[in-house]
Amino acid sequence: MSTTDPGFTLSCPLPINERKTIVLGHGSGGRLTAQLIRDLFLPAFGNEFLNKLDDQAVVHAGDARIAITTDGFVVTPLVFPGGDIGKLAVHGTVNDLAMSGARPLYLSAAFILEEGLAIEELSQIVRSMAEAAKAAGVTIVTGDTKVVNRGSADKLFVTTTGVGIVPDGVNISASNARPGDRVILSGTIGDHGMAVFSKREGLELEGSILSDTAPLHELVAAMIAAGEIHALRDPTRGGLATSLCEIAAGSRVGVEIDARAIPVRENVRGACEILGMDPLYVANEGKLVAFVERSAAESVLAAMRACPEGRDSVIIGEAVEAHGGMVLLKTEIGGTRILDLPFTEQLPRIC
Amino acid sequence: MKFLDEYRDRQIAAKLVDEIQRIQTKPWVIMEVCGGQTHSIVKYGLDYLLPAQIELVHGPGCPVCVTPLEMIDRAHAIARRPDVIFCSFGDMLRVPGSNGDLFQIKAEGGNVRVVYSPLECLKIARANPEKQVVFFAIGFETTAPANAMAVWQAKAQSIRNFSILVSHVTVPPALTAILESPGNRVQGFLGPGHVCAVMGSREYEPIAARYRVPIVITGFEPVDLLEGVMMVVRQLEQGRAEVENQYVRAVYSHGNTGAQRMVESVFEACDRSWRGVGLIPNSGYKLKDEFREQDAERIFAVGDIRTREPEICISGQVLKGSKKPHDCPAFGTQCTPQTPLGATMVSAEGACAAYYNYGRHLVTIGGRPGAV
Repeated sequence: MSTTDPGFTLSCPLPINERKTIVLGHGSGGRLTAQLIRDLFLPAFGNEFLNKLDDQAVVHAGDARIAITTDGFVVTPLVFPGGDIGKLAVHGTVNDLAMSGARPLYLSAAFILEEGLAIEELSQIVRSMAEAAKAAGVTIVTGDTKVVNRGSADKLFVTTTGVGIVPDGVNISASNARPGDRVILSGTIGDHGMAVFSKREGLELEGSILSDTAPLHELVAAMIAAGEIHALRDPTRGGLATSLCEIAAGSRVGVEIDARAIPVRENVRGACEILGMDPLYVANEGKLVAFVERSAAESVLAAMRACPEGRDSVIIGEAVEAHGGMVLLKTEIGGTRILDLPFTEQLPRIC
Repeated sequence: MKFLDEYRDRQIAAKLVDEIQRIQTKPWVIMEVCGGQTHSIVKYGLDYLLPAQIELVHGPGCPVCVTPLEMIDRAHAIARRPDVIFCSFGDMLRVPGSNGDLFQIKAEGGNVRVVYSPLECLKIARANPEKQVVFFAIGFETTAPANAMAVWQAKAQSIRNFSILVSHVTVPPALTAILESPGNRVQGFLGPGHVCAVMGSREYEPIAARYRVPIVITGFEPVDLLEGVMMVVRQLEQGRAEVENQYVRAVYSHGNTGAQRMVESVFEACDRSWRGVGLIPNSGYKLKDEFREQDAERIFAVGDIRTREPEICISGQVLKGSKKPHDCPAFGTQCTPQTPLGATMVSAEGACAAYYNYGRHLVTIGGRPGAV
């Protein structure tokens, strides 16, 4: 191994330079996921649509612009405070479409079922999924069912694909943020991740934490009507920090965020403090972060606050010319730190 | 949030910084002992709020970082066994041994679980009577009482399929080793708040007196840390070398005597190797002979696994405070949390990981890496 300093030799074997097997961190949405996409999927599949690395692709079909997305859901437990895997699948797919400004129309659903799953449990999830689709105004138009041996899946996995139409004149992408843009967050962060985590670990916390799972396409439609939106992300895996890093990198802008402006519920904050986690990196399923043309920020903010999914919306920062690709956080006590992509899932710290 | 927001208050922090500036006349080198303190300092950018002549160096108090490589190899040998459920605190999963990490072992079929408390392992042991449940008991005096309690309860409840792999270390011998090491630069300590919540502050008094160093037992929030620095600087400027307690809401001079009794009934002192530092006499705990049935090292006969530490990686010097993470040319390039060369990069509490996670490899402004 060579280093920049010839007087300094590395005799230590690099322990885990490149992994030979898939580990959980490859699914964390952080650096390991990015590495897998960059080194394995893009070389095989790469094209002008995929290379944008947005949560959806916008393709042309005749005169129409169609948004397509697909998403796999493997959450444990299947039912958690505030939602379940079925509802989550519908909302996650609708939201991935909405982040391009698209009006979601149709979904597909593929079920991988583990031998031994109670039909009643499946039925409950399917009913919830149907209700969520109806409420969101999307139709599940095709599907698939497979059953695997006991132990080959964890009860139930769902994969959904969504299709929507992008309205004329709308051009939203993680690569379109510009210096001067205001950064708007649609509400509190960390609710979904901590709701699932508390339920999974059987934590008894004061005041139960509910998942924020919700469809966001109506909120997005109201925002588009109110002003010019450049970039949108729903901060799911990897949390708000990851979405901000992705937009900063995709658009080559600097981003400056005020930690004190970011709303976090007391019970979520408490759970994160106890467990040694940072809410900035915890998953959300009903929130978005928007980069909005500066002059339109106030009107977009007002339109967001008028929607139920955006009533706690707040401006948390801005995009700047300096330090392109980098997100800076002004800390509560007046210091500054850099927000970077997580390298793997958050691990509980020892003390 | 009560008991948190007041310790992250911007105005109070600014006043403390002003006071430090007012009283400080000479350059001073202060070590924060705990990994949790390092984490907070870097997370909130506290070192950059301080006058440039106050240098904070990061101490050995990250339990994951100081666990020797051979102990990790022993843990992995046990975790690979098909008859074992191996339980660990979360951030130990990423620590590389000579051949992979616990993530890898899990991916290859090992039954590896993250627990928040060793007492959870007793439940797992009861639910899986056909398996051996092993807990990786690492850490300082802070984690020792709960680990002792798990062993004690397993014996009391006749749970025969639970054992612990012990790699416990204690703080005072490490401070002595740092102060006696040639080229030591440390002039004052922010003492380990949570260790002292268990052990009290009395055992630090002989160290302060013998080596003429101020030791201020300090908490983990920004205001705690700034106040701790202020108290150390005040002592240094006045030529005093005493043990003082900043963390009064958690630490009593006699500590938590119930927890101490539990530790004493299960563990006894022993020599321990510290990763990157080497053997320090009487610097850890091992199980007493009456608890040998709960000693995983004996049960699985892994005591013979010996591994030499890699020679590179300045983590030993980082842990002793004689080097900073960015003094290493591999920092942030060859050595990242994803591909750690040394333990200080592995744990979130390790100085290198704290520097990396808060982006200090990305920019250098005004000679201070990451200062923006």
